[in-house]
Amino acid sequence: MTKRVTAPLTKEAAAELRAGDSVLLSGVVYTARDAAHKRLCELAAEGKPLPFPVEGSVIYYVGPTPARPGQPIGSAGPTTSYRMDAYTPALLRLGELGMIGKGRRNGEVIAAMKETGAVYFGAIGGAGALLSRCVKSAELVCYEDLGAEAVRRLEVEDMPLTVVIDSQGNNLYETGRADYLASLKGIE
Amino acid sequence: MREIDAGLIAEAVARMCVEANVNLPEDVKGAIEAARREEKWPVAKNVLDRLVENYSVGGGTPICQDTGAACVFLEVGQDVHINGDLTEAVNEGVRRGYREGYLRKSIVGDPLRRVNTGDNTPAMLYTELVPGDKMKITVAPKGFGSENMSRIAMLKPSDGVEGVKKFILETVELAGPNPCPPIVVGVGIGGTFDKCALMAKKALLREMGSHHPDPFYAELEGEMLEKINALGIGPQGFGGRTTALAVHIETMATHIAGLPCAVNINCHVTRHVTEVL
Repeated sequence: MTKRVTAPLTKEAAAELRAGDSVLLSGVVYTARDAAHKRLCELAAEGKPLPFPVEGSVIYYVGPTPARPGQPIGSAGPTTSYRMDAYTPALLRLGELGMIGKGRRNGEVIAAMKETGAVYFGAIGGAGALLSRCVKSAELVCYEDLGAEAVRRLEVEDMPLTVVIDSQGNNLYETGRADYLASLKGIE
Repeated sequence: MREIDAGLIAEAVARMCVEANVNLPEDVKGAIEAARREEKWPVAKNVLDRLVENYSVGGGTPICQDTGAACVFLEVGQDVHINGDLTEAVNEGVRRGYREGYLRKSIVGDPLRRVNTGDNTPAMLYTELVPGDKMKITVAPKGFGSENMSRIAMLKPSDGVEGVKKFILETVELAGPNPCPPIVVGVGIGGTFDKCALMAKKALLREMGSHHPDPFYAELEGEMLEKINALGIGPQGFGGRTTALAVHIETMATHIAGLPCAVNINCHVTRHVTEVL
């Protein structure tokens, strides 16, 4: 079964999602990866406001290819999330409720997610062409000097995602693999 | 002596950067589709279907947004004379290809001060002299999600083949979902520290599922593929059989005191194009 989810998220909507759920996400997400996360956390450390509304926000870890004329964005799949782990707990405590990326998160991130009720979604890594078709508009927010790493406001429609880690800390990377391996024993 | 104009080299590299990033090689498509047919786990089948859909999007959209570091391998015939600056010609090709193809510029000029060069140069250039009067150019854009999961070990001779197997499996296990499985595993065994890493990278350029000419290593490739696909990581790490599409091993002579082993991981978007001038 596929769940429809709207971004920005509410705590109630986030709490209903479970690791393994297939999700179609629509609404507004902000792009940020390594260099932008560093700058956002520097702002937060100085007590300054972030350049986008952080309450309930969903951040997509992506550095897209340049848009061709007439298209909102180029190829736009997720980048590996663990590089953002050092910055994520601070953003979660400011109100970020969703992250879209791929790959494992560390213990501090998962603990902060449980504390704040946030969700980690996986988009299919390497499927940038397919994911670009879910992006209806892209608008520069800040850090233009970072090129592909600038922060952009994206309007997305029916973006296919999988809940990888839910707000209770259930982790599909552990359960999915264990279930598959258990199914093999069942066959024997 | 045959003359090749540096401008021709730049043109070829530009064309190949775009081609490599937009069209997945047929053998890689074949490997993904074969894996899809054999995969029985529903979640994994669904992910593999999406990958097929992704490389079929077309319209000049890069298959993956990480259009990579431009790894360029040149085999230059020793009877070739190049009119112009070879390195600059390759960089000009990368510059042009990444601009004209709307590819992402992912290179920072300094590893610690990290300012983007804005044109994806410099290329990661490897030049080899070979007999003849031709020039073979291979462009292989390399994404860093998978590059970051690669490792090298200076094993001891006493570690032997079991040590090599353990290191390969451990590397894939540590990588887990991060490098966008299903992956292609390039392995270098032997040489020196640097030669070993280069062999692992070159192993990724081989035709998918091709085997080492030595039956001993061909068998090891088969065994490692089977063991990796028994780990259960699966496509995207969501569980399943298809963790790797292929294991390619390259080997060479080494020192009496050493057993270097390098594992270069690539994602399912294993891109490379070759042209001969």
